[in-house]
Amino acid sequence: MTTPTGATPTGATTTGATPEKRGGLADLRKMFGNGQSTLRQFGILGSLVVIIGLFQLLTWLIKGTGLTLSSTNLINVVNQYSYILILAIGMVMVIIMGHIDLSVGSVAAFTGIIVAKAMSEWNLPWPLAIVLGLLVGAAVGAWQGFWVAYVGVPAFIVTLAGMLIFRGGNQWIGQSTTTPVPVEFTYIGAGYLPDVAGSAFNYATMALGVLGAAWIVFTELRLRSVQKKMGSPQAPLWVSIVKIVLLAGVILWAAWLFATGRPGTSFPISGIILVLLVILYSFITRSTVFGRHIYAVGGNRLAATLSGVKDRRVDFFVMMNMSVLASLAGMIFVARSTASGPQDGNGWELDAIAAVFIGGAAVSGGIGTVIGSIVGGLVMAFLNNGLQLLGVGADWVQIIKGMVLLLAVGVDVWSKSQGRPSILGLWTRRRRARLEEQGPTEPPAVVPSSGTNESSEPRDVARL
Amino acid sequence: MSAPPPILEMRSITKEFPGVKALSDVSLTVMPAEIHAICGENGAGKSTLMKVLSGVYPHGTYTGEIFFRGEEVQFRDIRQSEHAGIAIIHQELALIPELSITENIFLGNEIARGGRIDWPAAKRKALDLLARVGLSEDPDTQIKHLGVGKQQLVEIAKALAKDVKLLILDEPTAALNEDDSQHLLDLILGLKGRGIASIMISHKLNEIEQIADAITIIRDGHAIETLDVHGGDVDEDRIIRGMVGRSLESRYPDRTPHIGEVFFEVRDWTIQHPQVPERLVAKGSNLEVRRGEIVGLAGLMGAGRTELAMSIFGRSYGTYLAGTIVKDGKEIVLKDVESAIDHGLAYVSEDRKVLGLNLLDTIKRSIVSAKLRKISRLDVVDEFKESQVAESYRKQLRIKSPSVDMGVAKLSGGNQQKVVLAKWMFTDPDLLILDEPTRGIDVGAKYEIYTIIQQLAAQGKGVILISSELPELLGIADRIYTVFEGRITDNLPVSEATPEALMRSMTSAKKKANA
Ligand SMILES: Nc1ncnc2c1ncn2[C@@H]1O[C@H](COP(=O)(O)OP(=O)(O)OP(=O)(O)O)[C@@H](O)[C@H]1O
Ligand SMILES: [Mg+2]
Repeated sequence: MTTPTGATPTGATTTGATPEKRGGLADLRKMFGNGQSTLRQFGILGSLVVIIGLFQLLTWLIKGTGLTLSSTNLINVVNQYSYILILAIGMVMVIIMGHIDLSVGSVAAFTGIIVAKAMSEWNLPWPLAIVLGLLVGAAVGAWQGFWVAYVGVPAFIVTLAGMLIFRGGNQWIGQSTTTPVPVEFTYIGAGYLPDVAGSAFNYATMALGVLGAAWIVFTELRLRSVQKKMGSPQAPLWVSIVKIVLLAGVILWAAWLFATGRPGTSFPISGIILVLLVILYSFITRSTVFGRHIYAVGGNRLAATLSGVKDRRVDFFVMMNMSVLASLAGMIFVARSTASGPQDGNGWELDAIAAVFIGGAAVSGGIGTVIGSIVGGLVMAFLNNGLQLLGVGADWVQIIKGMVLLLAVGVDVWSKSQGRPSILGLWTRRRRARLEEQGPTEPPAVVPSSGTNESSEPRDVARL
Repeated sequence: MSAPPPILEMRSITKEFPGVKALSDVSLTVMPAEIHAICGENGAGKSTLMKVLSGVYPHGTYTGEIFFRGEEVQFRDIRQSEHAGIAIIHQELALIPELSITENIFLGNEIARGGRIDWPAAKRKALDLLARVGLSEDPDTQIKHLGVGKQQLVEIAKALAKDVKLLILDEPTAALNEDDSQHLLDLILGLKGRGIASIMISHKLNEIEQIADAITIIRDGHAIETLDVHGGDVDEDRIIRGMVGRSLESRYPDRTPHIGEVFFEVRDWTIQHPQVPERLVAKGSNLEVRRGEIVGLAGLMGAGRTELAMSIFGRSYGTYLAGTIVKDGKEIVLKDVESAIDHGLAYVSEDRKVLGLNLLDTIKRSIVSAKLRKISRLDVVDEFKESQVAESYRKQLRIKSPSVDMGVAKLSGGNQQKVVLAKWMFTDPDLLILDEPTRGIDVGAKYEIYTIIQQLAAQGKGVILISSELPELLGIADRIYTVFEGRITDNLPVSEATPEALMRSMTSAKKKANA
């Protein structure tokens, strides 16, 4: 067996390991996974914080008290937007694949009416009705997935057709009137975690918050131990501590706000469903074979098929999954409004798509994350909510939302075409450049490969 | 003789990417009507330097000064540099396949009168330009009907249409066959005769030696030296010494082959063209590979080597008509890529950007992407193992990058190729099909890739190597098949193969293979 000898004409492994420059920001960014859109998503998280802070301030200035971060309002936001965020989860997967789904609002309404009819007219018990609703979603999704994946009709067309078909279906089944649903069913859309008898403070919500905080601590510790085991670059301890304190703090604080709301209210059930879905789908997209296949096909379909990925199957399941989530969103909405109506879900597809793009997905596919889309959706939600709190009319709310969408994606496109990262990226780079100046200057080194024991420098940063 | 002032002077160019200093303090001087070659290993910074020059990386994102025709220039985008008379031809062609030659040539530079495009004038001028680059094609032909070589010429015609003063060619001949390459080189020489200077990046040192007037060598982002070719004493070995810092005794690593039994056989393989049913791209081809053997496939561009390989690899090309595959004595049916991978086949495609990599992905995710299940349990990817695997390949193949978390899009061409190679090594194949694996790769990295191929053979794997460079095939293959118009025309042990003999079988079907 021939091994590389001293004659191997390469020498590019340079020794001088540059000083570790992965600061806290880079590390925090990793919460959004590794990828090119990371920076962008980190930026959008910043925008969310700014928007929330801004409206808190504005309501405080105008109305005398900060309304945005009040318990009642937060509960409201979750109740009003959880179904859009659920749609965004499915939509980001669709968009990563390079498709689009315009039918989600109609599919939601279609499922809503079937479920409502099933309960009110055929007296189907509500748990079975939910199962039925999900099955309807799966069937609709299989239908659309079939056309996209196996016939090859662009998803835009298939779901545009679906938008018409299922809207019509809703109105035909419901005779364009509203159909009420039984009280027990409304729990999934308008229910809250139960109070312990006689206490205004909702212990269940707080317990969840504590659980969430503990999970943050646990994952951070695990990350550190894995990094240590691998000998890969580790952020300084203070970064981890700041990260834990910040994240866990936000979670606990939010939990406290939710727990101390008006008696009888607390963290909404729809919010819990959302959180569970976010965790589940983040995991699926990041860590499962199927999730990897979504990114692979979306990024380069040819290369993916030549790597053994069955692209059509991925197309099919992603489209199908979207419709299942749309059904779920439709049911939650019906539960919240206690009836299914002919206009349910109008325009939802646009909100969901906007959330995904604000959250950093690329129109050309291959890029996007569940968490990013949720943050993007929250940006829209708090913007909407804040403007409403200030008494801005629906006309202006739409205009402003449109501008924000354009701006968010525009800044992104612009910064890319300039060959520079976003403003935040510029800042981190300048900081890095400063660090570099302080670091040792590295002479061009050409080391015979046989003499380089690479394993002895696990942090080796090859200078290129 | 007093030297004329240089047409281009780049002074102390430094360009940094996050975590990577791609260029440090590089200076480059190009004289009028000079052909200036830039050589260096993969990732040395050649393409980056040209992108700085042409405004891809705008002024302000690098430090240093650029003087073009005596004036300092600060390009903010490609349009500005084009306007000044600098045209860059990237290796990835930037033509629009659906448009005609004329439309492409004048895209963004239309000949218009009062807002209306003057097509007759445009066509006349296009014909004139095509004549200048020596391309006899109807200017109405759509680009997609042209081969790569001709497309390359259209690119140059497009540059000439803009009254170019300095032409930059980044690895222009990497995807061309010998004839087309030679034509292109002659054309560059012709342009020089008309006073147009060129900067040419290439890993084909023989071409550089043939046409360059001066050679600047870049190593690890530093300009090492500039060689004056007419001063004498510049040959390939001299260039290599500059590039890698020491001389290279041999281009091909030594090896004693240990060839075993035939374990892979393709019989009567017949494949139809995907669009043109009457065309057969493989006509009853027979092929066999022994354990530990490196089998070469020689042929001209379009002979059907890639098509043959891809159709074997899970029928990923064309329509299967007839033929069987036998592996380890058993007939196997490879209906799709997944089954091909499961049966131990791997295919490293010739076009890494289009077929080999998801450019949005990181190094580590790319490396494991063809066999995710190997590091998964219950379909959940073990990210810890993923990093470990990727890290070990990064070291083994010397992929130049600060970490495996880097996006593959940011790697230089040669390092991307290593990632593709790692990806297929990770599937642990029995039969590795390599399609032009050293295209766009520097001499040093080529040697490394040959070494890896030989190591794989030494482990008892079979290797099929498709290459357009005969010296490469003669250098490392044990046996060579020649392919001509979808037929296997010859089967020669390397000891009997000569370039002349191969060339004969590559251009005519007079001898039938007896595999
Ligand atoms: N956008 C980028 N971000 C980060 N690093 C980059 C980027 N573009 C290039 N690099 C790095 O800069 C170095 C120089 O790359 P460049 O493409 O100029 O190499 P090259 O000399 O053209 O190599 P090749 O012969 O392989 O094409 C490489 O190490 C590459 O990884
Ligand atoms: Mg290059």
